[in-house]
Amino acid sequence: MAKARTLKTKYLIIGNSAGGIGAAEAIREVDKAGSITIVSDEPYHCYSRPLIAKYLTGERTFEGMLFRPLDFYEQNAIDARLGHTVTGLGLDKRTAALESGERITWERLLIASGGVPIVPDTTGLDKRGVFNFISLDDARAISELVDSATKAVVIGGGLIGISATEALSKRGLEVTVVEMKDRILNTILDEEASRMAAETLENAGIRVITDNTVAEIMGKDWVSSVVLSDGEEIPCSLLVVAIGVLPRIDLVQGADIKVNRGIVVDRTMATNYPDVYACGDVSEAYDFVLDTNRLTPIWPNAHIGGRVAGYNMAGVRTEYPGGTAMNSLNYFGLDIAAAGIATPPEKNVYECVSRREDGTYKKLVMKDDIILGMVCIGDIEKSGILYSLMKDRVNVRKFKGALLADNFGLVSLPRRLWRERLGAPQPEQVVELPEEEEMEDVMDE
Amino acid sequence: MKKIYVREEVCMGCGLCRVYCQTEHSRSKDIIKAFKRETPRPLPRIRVERNGETCFSIQCRHCDEPVCVYSCLTGAMRKDPASGTVTIDADRCTGCWTCILVCPYGALTRDENRKAVAKCDLCPDQEVPVCVANCPNEALVLTIEEIAH
Repeated sequence: MAKARTLKTKYLIIGNSAGGIGAAEAIREVDKAGSITIVSDEPYHCYSRPLIAKYLTGERTFEGMLFRPLDFYEQNAIDARLGHTVTGLGLDKRTAALESGERITWERLLIASGGVPIVPDTTGLDKRGVFNFISLDDARAISELVDSATKAVVIGGGLIGISATEALSKRGLEVTVVEMKDRILNTILDEEASRMAAETLENAGIRVITDNTVAEIMGKDWVSSVVLSDGEEIPCSLLVVAIGVLPRIDLVQGADIKVNRGIVVDRTMATNYPDVYACGDVSEAYDFVLDTNRLTPIWPNAHIGGRVAGYNMAGVRTEYPGGTAMNSLNYFGLDIAAAGIATPPEKNVYECVSRREDGTYKKLVMKDDIILGMVCIGDIEKSGILYSLMKDRVNVRKFKGALLADNFGLVSLPRRLWRERLGAPQPEQVVELPEEEEMEDVMDE
Repeated sequence: MKKIYVREEVCMGCGLCRVYCQTEHSRSKDIIKAFKRETPRPLPRIRVERNGETCFSIQCRHCDEPVCVYSCLTGAMRKDPASGTVTIDADRCTGCWTCILVCPYGALTRDENRKAVAKCDLCPDQEVPVCVANCPNEALVLTIEEIAH
């Protein structure tokens, strides 16, 4: 047997999604020559994972989902080994083994392997017609069946579940979503906002079931119905299981890498093992709201964490500013922006202010006059200003009253805060404009 | 790269910057037609903020570390390495508004018709962005700066 090939790379990145791409771009900004290898078991050019719902509805083709242009890997001199699975890591020898039998030796490693869907122990999950909804392959597989199905059930009323629900409904299916807790989107929204979201789904003809679970999946070879814990049977020929994702940590299990729920990283996105970094859904990184590390499996945090990892891997020390649970969503035209703690764990320690007006809702959760959570529905255009106050941990005591007002804007903040945001020009850099008459000539042309 | 700053001490809050911005981003480039006849009505990419005597206008700051670009779910936003301008590819934008949630300036606008975010593009067809060129009190100034790396 021929000796297995060994490849050498300076930077090995496992994962070709938000985090891996962010890291590769950051590395290339500061190290033009060091070899970069990206390995991913998904055989696709990097694509926007959140867009799989739009792929399912037919609003996007795969080309329309590309996260970077087709020549991205070539332009950045990245050896992209897509459709290859890393089967093992030798940390002390700095190697990675691929399923193909090849070995890669690396100098710095980034684990950006993402998450795996949580699989419940429900009976009948192995039937045909049962899917997850986290990858393009999932969306493709569902797509192929969607025209021959009339009824679908989605297990899980979280972000992925609701996005699958909306997409299937838009494809004309009769959809029922089953949430175990008392309300959908319960990890990111408060009760009022969850209610508004549920109402929007119901107005679109979706059945929202809460406080209930799927106890059994019926059908011979194909799924034909589900039976809920309360005994109700709901017919369906398509079942999406979307109860969440867990960090994909199989590669580091048993290794000398600190893992809590995800791979624990410091503010440089480094693990406890020298020259090994992690980011994205697989990692537990700093959360500025909770002031501790935790899983925040969202795209922007993965990408920003990846960039920070990339800079540090290339020797430019950079700190992760911290992320938090932060989501901007749109279901059937209802805009939702939410971040941090939407429902405080202990009511008397936190202060909540909210405002509900036809179709819009805003709420802030504060502690010691620091914003720790926010929900905006409908009116979201100024949500970024609130989010920045939260992120910068600004004491809002003196202008709290203005935060939820209709005309809230930058100018509602104390002068010091908006002045620093506006910035000031360096006099020597100011462009002298032509005199007014000449100006008018220019405009007339 | 081009940057626009406001000198709020001389801003009168007249809103002409907004009118010219809206016109520049219209199909007709004609003030009256843009406002009265174009459907959908073109969107201004600059906000005028007023609070008592204080007023200023604000548009995309084209940040050195554009958190909107880094947070974009689809890759529609990017910072052009040559010009430093933060741009939006409306065809790739899916209207999730994550960029709006992370912009500390509140400088981005929802274009509900295109289902894409609308933002300051520094008027690529003009030497001087129209908000600056038409500010009657020279409250808006244009600078040319090095792109930070």
